[in-house]
Amino acid sequence: MNTVGLYVPGSGPLHRVPAGAKILVLLAVGVALVAFADHRVAVGALAAAISLYPVVGLPLRHAGGVVRSLWPFVLAIALFQTFFGDWQTGLRLAAQLLALVLLANAVTLTTRVREMLDLFERVCRPLSRIGVNSDRVALVLALTVRSIPMVAAAWRAAREGYRARGLSGRPHLLVVPVIVQLLRMAEATGEALVARGIDEDTRGEYGSRTDRVSAD
Amino acid sequence: MLRLEGVSHSYGDRVALREVTLDLAEHRIGVIGANGSGKSTLARTLNGLVVPDEGRVTLGEWDTRRHARHIRRRVGFVFSDAANQIIMPTVAEDVEVGLRSLKLGRAETARRVDAYLERYGLADHRDHPAHLLSGGQKQLLALASVLATEPQVLVCDEPTTLLDLRNTRMVHRVLEGLEQQVVLFTHDLDLLPGFDRVLVVDGGRVVFDGPPADAVGHYTELMDAR
Repeated sequence: MNTVGLYVPGSGPLHRVPAGAKILVLLAVGVALVAFADHRVAVGALAAAISLYPVVGLPLRHAGGVVRSLWPFVLAIALFQTFFGDWQTGLRLAAQLLALVLLANAVTLTTRVREMLDLFERVCRPLSRIGVNSDRVALVLALTVRSIPMVAAAWRAAREGYRARGLSGRPHLLVVPVIVQLLRMAEATGEALVARGIDEDTRGEYGSRTDRVSAD
Repeated sequence: MLRLEGVSHSYGDRVALREVTLDLAEHRIGVIGANGSGKSTLARTLNGLVVPDEGRVTLGEWDTRRHARHIRRRVGFVFSDAANQIIMPTVAEDVEVGLRSLKLGRAETARRVDAYLERYGLADHRDHPAHLLSGGQKQLLALASVLATEPQVLVCDEPTTLLDLRNTRMVHRVLEGLEQQVVLFTHDLDLLPGFDRVLVVDGGRVVFDGPPADAVGHYTELMDAR
């Protein structure tokens, strides 16, 4: 399971809400939490965000995963604010941060990437007048989401190889094999995009690229 | 029909293909050869992923040098590592993204996605993260994503290399059942009986071109001699 949520199939109320409406509500809640900068409001928002999960049919473990991955940072922020400011500010910031990440995660878990990209393309369409290709940007975003498990897999494979050779204690040695693996994956994905006719603008520009293809 | 005329290609000083001339008209064509023989380069010339240094590759009136977009829409390509071919986070989205460039409209796109997921046993996984599929399912998804675009020709570059026997057989059954022309580049000689024609590639040349049994015999002798 990724710390960054992917769509969870379902038919709950949040699944049925259009992506644009969910993003707008998320934005409104974020603005409201900043506007009403009060630790009681923030804690209330956090409680509401946690309660939202079972209400919309999402297992609570999805919320737990977010909290588990974030707690060191949230704790550090809260302690810093408490020591150098006051405990109310520390509590407010921690609760605001967790509430917003939990709500954003709920949006991600209940919205297909395709819906999100369609929304993004619609929002970006006016930018085509100044040369922005919204399709291309949406594809980059999709590939970014797709690459998260690929990066994790590359890291796991390098770590297993490292341990299998009886090595330990120098994790920086994993960086080079992981980067090499990721570059290979990126190159293969680029080739697949062209082969599938998705990145059509690259036609006729492939001479330099093919110099790196193996001669098998 | 795919046609190669005097196709040569090099990577720096390393020659991958030497003056290959072929007409690929048969329904099932196999291509075998050792590692480094030029097989993958030959496969990649067929849909314009590699534009040859010399000679030309054509599909009907189109040339991969000038009409790569048209040819890629008609010549589907499946790689050996399906994980690299899967672009979108979920199964259905990956099939759908390949259809976008065809501009079929929402209804037809949705119909094709449903039909191909159903046909390849992936309908129950449509909203699942694609990276969590098994190796065989990933290869089926790669096939479904390419076949949903309904290409005229399917080129497969060692599609079973990373699969176990069960999944290899499953992919074989899929390839056997296809209506379109299949050009299969493979190390798996068991896949070739039943093919109409098998080419043996060595040193960047086609050194044998004939029925599967004879081609496999020739290839085996070639390997034994080394």
